[in-house]
Amino acid sequence: MQAFEYVAAQTVPEAVAVLDEKGQHARILAGGTDLIVQVREAKLAVDWMVDIKAIPEVNILTHDSQNGLRLGAAVPCYQIYDTESICENFPGLVDATKIIGGTAIQGRACVGGNLCNASPAADSIPPLIVLNATCVIVGPDGERELPAAEFCTAPGQTVLERGEMLVEIKIPQPPSNSSSYYLRFIPRNEMDIAVVGAGAAVTLDAAKQKIVSARIALAAVAPTPLFAEEASTLLAGREISEEAINEAAAAAQAIARPISDMRGTAEQRTHLVGVLTRRALKGAIQRVLDA
Amino acid sequence: MARKTHVQTQLNGEPVEFLCEARQSLLEVLRDELHLTGAKEGCNNGNCGACSLILDGRLVNSCLVLGVETEGKTVETVEGLAAPDKLHPIQEAFLENAALQCGICTPGFIMSAKALLDTNPNPTEHEVRYWLAGNLCRCTGYDKIVRAVLDAASA
Amino acid sequence: MPEKKEYKVIGTRPIRHDGVDKVTGRALYGADFHTAGLLHGTVLRSPHAHARILSIDTSRAEAYPGVKAVVTAKDLPAAQDKIADLGEGAVNLKYLCDNILASDKALYKGHAIAAVAATNAHIAEEACALIDVAYEVLPPVLEVRQAMKPDAPLIHENLKTGSMGETADKPSNIASHLQHKKGDIEKGFAEADVIIEREFVTGTVHQGYIEPHNATALYNPDGQLTVWCSTQGAFTVREQLAEILQYPISKIKVVPMEIGGGFGGKINVYVEPVAALLAKKSGRPVKVLMNRADVFEATGPTPASFISVKMGATKDGKLTAAQTRLDFEAGAYPGSPVGAGAMCIFAPYNIENVLIDGYDVVVNKPKTAPYRAPGATNAAFGSETVIDELAEKLNIDALEFRIMNGAKEGVKRADGPVFPRIGFIESVEAAKQHPHYTSPNGKKHHGRGVASGFWFNIGLASSVTINVNPDGTINLVEGSTDIGGTRASIAMQAAEVLGIPAEAVNPSVVDTNSVGYTAVTGGSRTTFATGYAAYEAAQDVKQQMIARAAKLWEVDEKDVQFADGEFSCINGKEEQISFRDLSARLGETGGPVVGRAAVNPPGAGGAFATHIVDLEVDEETGKVEILRYTATQDAGKAIHPSYVEGQIQGGVVQGIGWALNEEYIYNAEGTMTNASFLDYRMPTCLDLPMIDTVIVEVPNPGHPYGVRGVGEVPIVPPPAAIANAIYDAIGIRMTELPMSPDRMLKAMGKI
Ligand code: FES
Ligand code: FES
Repeated sequence: MQAFEYVAAQTVPEAVAVLDEKGQHARILAGGTDLIVQVREAKLAVDWMVDIKAIPEVNILTHDSQNGLRLGAAVPCYQIYDTESICENFPGLVDATKIIGGTAIQGRACVGGNLCNASPAADSIPPLIVLNATCVIVGPDGERELPAAEFCTAPGQTVLERGEMLVEIKIPQPPSNSSSYYLRFIPRNEMDIAVVGAGAAVTLDAAKQKIVSARIALAAVAPTPLFAEEASTLLAGREISEEAINEAAAAAQAIARPISDMRGTAEQRTHLVGVLTRRALKGAIQRVLDA
Repeated sequence: MARKTHVQTQLNGEPVEFLCEARQSLLEVLRDELHLTGAKEGCNNGNCGACSLILDGRLVNSCLVLGVETEGKTVETVEGLAAPDKLHPIQEAFLENAALQCGICTPGFIMSAKALLDTNPNPTEHEVRYWLAGNLCRCTGYDKIVRAVLDAASA
Repeated sequence: MPEKKEYKVIGTRPIRHDGVDKVTGRALYGADFHTAGLLHGTVLRSPHAHARILSIDTSRAEAYPGVKAVVTAKDLPAAQDKIADLGEGAVNLKYLCDNILASDKALYKGHAIAAVAATNAHIAEEACALIDVAYEVLPPVLEVRQAMKPDAPLIHENLKTGSMGETADKPSNIASHLQHKKGDIEKGFAEADVIIEREFVTGTVHQGYIEPHNATALYNPDGQLTVWCSTQGAFTVREQLAEILQYPISKIKVVPMEIGGGFGGKINVYVEPVAALLAKKSGRPVKVLMNRADVFEATGPTPASFISVKMGATKDGKLTAAQTRLDFEAGAYPGSPVGAGAMCIFAPYNIENVLIDGYDVVVNKPKTAPYRAPGATNAAFGSETVIDELAEKLNIDALEFRIMNGAKEGVKRADGPVFPRIGFIESVEAAKQHPHYTSPNGKKHHGRGVASGFWFNIGLASSVTINVNPDGTINLVEGSTDIGGTRASIAMQAAEVLGIPAEAVNPSVVDTNSVGYTAVTGGSRTTFATGYAAYEAAQDVKQQMIARAAKLWEVDEKDVQFADGEFSCINGKEEQISFRDLSARLGETGGPVVGRAAVNPPGAGGAFATHIVDLEVDEETGKVEILRYTATQDAGKAIHPSYVEGQIQGGVVQGIGWALNEEYIYNAEGTMTNASFLDYRMPTCLDLPMIDTVIVEVPNPGHPYGVRGVGEVPIVPPPAAIANAIYDAIGIRMTELPMSPDRMLKAMGKI
């Protein structure tokens, strides 16, 4: 493993200053579960690791029905699924945090890191997209906000500019009669990277018979996690039915541009987009019905 | 030679100081610097759990933690589990249930199981299997390991 | 059936002797070894699957601060002598050496090219990157059928096919051809009413032990070489080191550390000679550890294969003929387990007419190594699927069909041996009566399958010495590395003889200077052969103790009897003394008692297993979920039933992994793209149910307690059993391993 320097930043400005000074040779260390492996395997050259876990802002974890969820960028997965109100209101995000790596990975890995690692197969990004999450980014020129759907730009690439860091993720409180669901297909039952992932969020009418609105997002079928816009909008106002769900699944399949690699073939992935979109939608709907 | 940092940490209940390079993982520090070789390296990339230990009360893969990150933290390894004259109930259960063959995965499984039972003292078989999915064992087929953990829970 | 013997120790479940060390993290495995002045070695590996090495320049690496030694194939004595020595053995020696450090060609991605020793592993790794190697990249040959084509690129320019004593004149990638014939195959098929002929493909799979290979070497100024490593056999490491380094065996001591799994993969040496070369050059102890990618790419997996099977039966269910062709990938150098596959494929059945052809073929993949019943799992995937199809066509219950045709004592295998008393039929009967098999199985997309398997097991040499302690305990010294509880199963056999509890034995596994020659822990031989040696050594102790009692009582030795741990006088004198009390009196009766035995028992009894699996197929994703699994197996006699169950469960789960997801995935350049535990996808505990075991005991006449090896055969049936269950679930016969979700989707016509 290459040699590098380690700094434990205590404040956001301190971290931003180092990132700004060192440029692309500096990386933020939060859970480290991707970063350390990539540097060890020489897939990434890093001269500075900036540990942000001591910074209060990135550890924030609050939820109320007014402000929704505030999730610090370095909050490890287990804290998310161990928080009851998050499980109740953002089950799709919780689904993802429970399947990222094994228990030991979930002790360190964080949703912020999952975003910044920008893997096309990242499990937490489709739920963030369907839950309308916003990324709070701080840099030398101040703070900006951006929808989660726009955060990743290519495999391993994000919108972050020199000196910028992801500080927080904000998720609005879902309306009543809403729920969300995330699942992925993997050949084993755990400890795998998604061959395809699909997240769905739905809001039903008061009678729980009609879909008021829906959002669908996909992982591992394009260079970045994808918001399936057409599949989402075509469901608005529809009765809950196999037909509507199948239409959405077909629309989701239409935007998938998967590759073949050791984790799955392109044909398999396209096929699975249909299967998983249906299952994600049904899962989210069922959760509203069960509530 | 890369620069070394002085780190102070709490290891199995004792304060410990060591010098390490930033690139040295906690696993490396334990094994190569402190000669505590109970945590094993099976993959060095978070996929086997042989290096599992408890950091500030939470299960982690020590191959994915930097040694320098443990400044001021609490580290529990398999070496700290047994009392001088008595094994920990999980260790007893592993022996009673013949839950190890080659034993290379055993320290990792035991630490993982401890973290589980610390948070969920009465897990179901499914909960045990879910929690331990990050720990690979190639010898046992897991049957006796799962039984041992369930046994330790009911003990 | 012989009478069931009553045992005091055998068949009980004591805590294993090395258990406390292993649950407390105190047991020292190879990588845990440390000594003052230790250097760390790292190996530079070929990025190409097939390339000529034009030049290697190590000067920049040598000059790098912290580097203490750099070695290449030039540092290997035998590699330099290869041209002078082109006999049969010498050719093999060149292969052996070239696999340690490539001399002229890199034959697989990951092939070792050079190595560096430095003050820490990071520096060694940095220095490796400074070694300049010029390659001429050649087209890789990655698949057995491609390699067999006459126009395939040649991997070894001088390799000519050996076929039953003859050598071909032209070079080829086919290293050898073997054939076994029994009866008249044409006649056999002519008698058949139903004939099934199918082709099968299996992928390259790895043993997947959790502990990577490791070795630490030290040369003393007097020329003594000591190597600490994790190995299945310290003596075979010593032999290989002596050959590769051309160094006197008497100057090499191999210390077997605890071993973190092997399954056949830790018999060949890889980093041991490299550590030795680096230690010699640097004058310091050097530790070389593989990382996980190295283990996948540069140690011996078990071969991919292409198998055709044709079997015929009469309409009343009698198998009349069986024919197969087994094309096995040897990897970069000749020596696949095709021979063992050929021995096992039809062994469970009494078939009059058999023809078996096997081909050993080199390809640009790592040299294959044994993996648990090597060759037999590939072979059984073919034969046991065809058996299932025949039974279905004939409308006979699949287990009944096996019983009708099952091999028994006196049946001759196609490769020659005649079976002594074996327990195949008994294993099938046990499965047939098991509540699992008799339970209903009818849910949609659920399927049930069965399959059987055979492994011959081996004997080979083992040595044991026993020292009697004054408190009536014994120290048992052995040379078999303990991979899965064999200290216990060997100690128990000595304890049984001496009438003492298992806990009264202190077994230790020692280095090659401290015990007689002992072959590897492999071939399911350890509890059988080293157990046999322990039995004999304990008998030796018993005889000597009888002499001591006789001396004490001033009677003739023949008047002393030993039973249940008590010596007694049978000539009318009222004398009795326990083993323990007599042990305290050794000093006064002539001094220490040391028992010894060195054995090479011929009667390793073959092992048979029959498995039942229930599974569910997700028709939308192609994923197979194992719901229930039962394995029956003839263990001869289970010395420590818990560890017999453990061997069965472990073997079954490796077989499940092989069946469903495990395989080496290569790109066109010959790079394995999934060389990590993440993407190689071995089963985790969340992928499995409990594995039920039924131990059948048909004593092996070749062992005093009836032991048969148990370790290997449980991996043989799972792929076929699972394929048969998939057929039951969805009506599709899978003929390619692994039966991964994408292959399932293709077979179902979904993609
Ligand atoms: S060595 Fe850390 S998870 Fe495998
Ligand atoms: S006992 Fe060997 S890997 Fe688990």
